Order: sequence, then structure tokens, then C-alpha cells
Amino acid sequence: MLVSLLLVAALPFLLFTGLYLKSFLLIHDYHLSDLLFSKEWKPASGKFGFYPFIIGSIWVTLLAMVISAPICMLTAIYVTQYTKKTMLRILHPAIDILAGIPSVVYGLWGILVIVPFISKYLGPLFGVKTMGYSILAAALVLSIMIIPFILNIIIEIFKSIPIELKEASLSLGATQWETIKHVLFKKALPGIIAAHGFGLARAFGETMAVMMVVGNVVKLPHGVFDPGYTLPALIANNYGEMMSIPRYDAALMFAALILLVVSFFFNLIMHFFIARYNKY
Amino acid sequence: MKKAGKTEEKIFKVLMIVSTYFIFAVLALIIYSIFEKGIRAMSWEMITQPPSGGYYYGKGGGILNAILGSLTLAIGSTVLAFLLGLPVALFINVFLIRWKKLVSFIRFLLDLIWGIPSIVYGAFGFTVMVFLGIQTSLLAGIITVTLFILPIMIRSMDEILRTVPIGLMEASYSLGSNKSETAFRIFTRQTVSGIVTALLLSFGRAIGDAASVLFTAGYTDNLPNSLMEPVATLPLSIFFQLSSPVPAVQDRAYASALVLTLIILVVSIFSRGVGRRYHKTKINF
Repeated sequence: MLVSLLLVAALPFLLFTGLYLKSFLLIHDYHLSDLLFSKEWKPASGKFGFYPFIIGSIWVTLLAMVISAPICMLTAIYVTQYTKKTMLRILHPAIDILAGIPSVVYGLWGILVIVPFISKYLGPLFGVKTMGYSILAAALVLSIMIIPFILNIIIEIFKSIPIELKEASLSLGATQWETIKHVLFKKALPGIIAAHGFGLARAFGETMAVMMVVGNVVKLPHGVFDPGYTLPALIANNYGEMMSIPRYDAALMFAALILLVVSFFFNLIMHFFIARYNKY
Repeated sequence: MKKAGKTEEKIFKVLMIVSTYFIFAVLALIIYSIFEKGIRAMSWEMITQPPSGGYYYGKGGGILNAILGSLTLAIGSTVLAFLLGLPVALFINVFLIRWKKLVSFIRFLLDLIWGIPSIVYGAFGFTVMVFLGIQTSLLAGIITVTLFILPIMIRSMDEILRTVPIGLMEASYSLGSNKSETAFRIFTRQTVSGIVTALLLSFGRAIGDAASVLFTAGYTDNLPNSLMEPVATLPLSIFFQLSSPVPAVQDRAYASALVLTLIILVVSIFSRGVGRRYHKTKINF
């Protein structure tokens, strides 16, 4: 028992050390700031600038959050405060199924539905010529993927707020809406932030679905209709040829290292928010 | 002021209803488009035969290699993760139950590990394989996916195990059983349904993930026959067929996606049913 526990506990350190050792070649030869902020990505001539990928990842992730955050908030409040329990009982399996659909299937759905929708309707609507494979497409697909994840946590948080708090507020003459806005929301805020943070970390590391619809063009995106490239997509797309070019494998492992560190830190910070929520 | 509040509430209520039904609508749309496209391309040949010579140019054959490969890989890693994970979950809840701080630190650590993206596991698995000089194989895939689903498995079993009342543990001790007996005989029996749910959840994760097997399990047109050979998986098969320029092959990607979605749906429905099934062995307080 102890052995398996230690094995599991050592896993993150193993991951970190393994990836660090592998990407050491790259970190050793280049400045870290050059790697992170250089725009040039030409592995064949030894130029590794991760800036376009990092920016692409940030665009896609933030846009997905902007789309899914209000939907999750509104739905969670609705099903926990306004409707009967039956609604929650119907919504739960729906969330489970959404959460269970594999990312490849989301990607395929994105190609089938979202990409044509953007190139045929949304692009012309804003007067942009686009193939459909874009930051926006990736963000839309991604936002649907993280909705079940965030929504589940927020619903749990709203359900865990003691009913006395609500009763006290109502008995003081506040309307239901005022109670939600000023009492429940305030109480749940650290938990809500944490839920979105977890969702964000998840979105940042999502690979297949994003890679299938984002367009995979190494260029700084200028708008949401531009194609982009993300860090996970970079790793997944190039694993085949990474042994043929010197330092290429180290570069890809460095990308994995960035993902690991970012997701780790995000989760770490969000756990403090959850801890704060539990304290009060 | 009062009036403004009322209008605000009304507006938000409409928005709430819209967003709730939006989620149902999206789910329906996803399921509909996968089924609609998938069924058209589905045939008996697709699910009973491995790809033949010119399969990727639109000739005959099916995706039996990927179906069987995915099942072997997912079952293998679920079993392995279960064997590794159950002791950990029991250890936390029986042996360490007095050390509250330590337990919550372990939970915290597991949650952190849960958050690591699967592509990182894939990349890590690949570096280890290069280091040891192993080719892509079913075994490497199973090990990588096991690491990936291990935190999910442990945390979901842990969530169930922590609901076991302390009285049951005390009763077991007072009858003279030691900690291991209490853990493996009493705790596991009390939580069978939760453990099965954890297994199914992990299985669903394992079968649906592509990023971690991309580097480690490889791809092949053969049926899985050895731990040391590469193995095809459904997510990758969908991905590769979809990247093909031939429309007939793309259609098959839809059919493959339908197969994968159906497996996930069956697992999901099954895990909902399990909860009711095993109520009999549970002692209610």
C-alpha cells in the first residue's frame, strides 16, 4: 500500500524531472526569455521561438473561458435556486455525457458543425474571409468541452451553501434575487473562481480537439478568425519528425514542460481559493 | 430601486433559462450530428474486419483493429490502475485516517496530478521509451494510460471510501479484525458500487484519450496480438481517417466516432445503473 502511494506521490516529480532532463539541451543552449518570447520557429535552422504557440494557447483558452463562464454561472444558479430538483436530475446525466465524450469526437464535431458555421455564416457576418479553421472555432469547441467540468463544481458549491444563510437573508426582507446576488454569490465567489481556474487549466492542456480545428499555422494571430497554433497541438503534430532534426525533440519536451508547469501552478493557486471557501 | 431589481431579475432569469437549455441543445446537436453522419457510413464490414490493403484509399475493410486495440488498452490500463489505486485509496482512508493534515495533503497532491494534461503524460512516456530504447507498443501505451488515469481512479474511490461511517470501522476493530482486514473486507464491500463507478469512469477516460497514446501505443493495421507490438486505438483511427483527402475514408471516420461514442454512452449508462444494483451488500446506518 505504502509503495503504491509513494509511487503516485512521486509521479509529478518524475514527470518534471524526465521532461526537464530531456529539454535540458535546449534550455542550456538558449536563453529562457529567447525561447519564450522569440517569434521565430524554424527548427531546421535551429530557431525555437515558442511565442506564437504560447499566444495561440492563451487566446484559445481565454476566449473559451469567456464563452463558457457566463453559461456555467447562469445555469448553475438556475438549477440550484429556481427550479425543482427534477431539473437537476435531468441535467446531471447530460453533464456526465458531455464530460464523457472523447476529445477526438469533439474535434470531429467541430469540423462537421463549427468550422462550416464560421466560414459560411459568422465570418461573412463580420465581413471576414475565413476558412473556418480558426482561434474562434477552437475556442467554441473548447468552451463546450469545459462546460460540464466547471458546471459540476459550481453546482456542488451552490448546493453546499448552508440553507440558513439564505433563510436569514430572506427573513431580513431581501428578495430572492437580492439574496442570490449579495449573499450566495459572495459566499460562493472563491469556489466559483476556483472552478473557472480548474476549467482554464484543463482548457490550456486540451490537445486533440483544438488541434483538429485551430488551423495549425505558425503565425501570431491578429483576430479570432485567424488560424493559430497551440502548445499541445505543437507536440502532437510533430512527434513523428522530431527525431530527424537536432534539438527538435528537446524543443517539444520543453513545450510539454511549459504545459506541466502552467497546469500545476494554476491548480495550485485554485486550491487555495477552494481552501478559503471551505474555511468560511 | 425595487423596480430596477425586479427587471434585472427578470432579464437574468431569461438568460438563465436560455443557457440551461443551450447546454441540452448542444448535447442533442452533438449526439445528433455524430449519429446522423455515422450511421450513413456504418456497415457490418466496418466493425468486423481489420483494414485491408487499400483501406486508406477507400477500399474494403474495417476498424476492428482499432476497436479491439482500444478495448485491450483501456481494459489493461483500468485493471492496472485499479490494482495500484485501490490500495492507495484504502490506505488513505483506513491507515491514515487519524492524520487529517497528511490525508488532505495527499488529496491535494492527487488533485494536482489529475490536472496535468494527458499530452504531458504522452510526452513523458515517450522520453522514457527513448531512454530505455523501447519501440511504441501496447505495453508502453498501457503504462502511460495507467499513469494518466491513476489519479482519477484513486480520487473517485477515495470520495466513496470517505463516506464509510467511522462506526463501521470501530465495529470491525472491536470484533478483532486488523486494519488490512477492515480495509479489504469491510470497506471494499461497503463501497462496491462506488468502486465500480470509479472503474467505469476511468475506463471511459482511458478509451477516449488520444494524446497520451499518440506517442506511446503507435498505430498498426494488425489486430492486437502481443504486448510488445504497436496497437491501433479508436481515437487515433478517427483522427487519421479524418485527415485523409478521400471522402469515403472521411465518412469512415464518422462511423468510427459513432462506435467510440456508443462505447462511452454504454459505459456511462452502465455506471449509473450500477449504483442501484449493489445496494444489497451495503449496510445502512
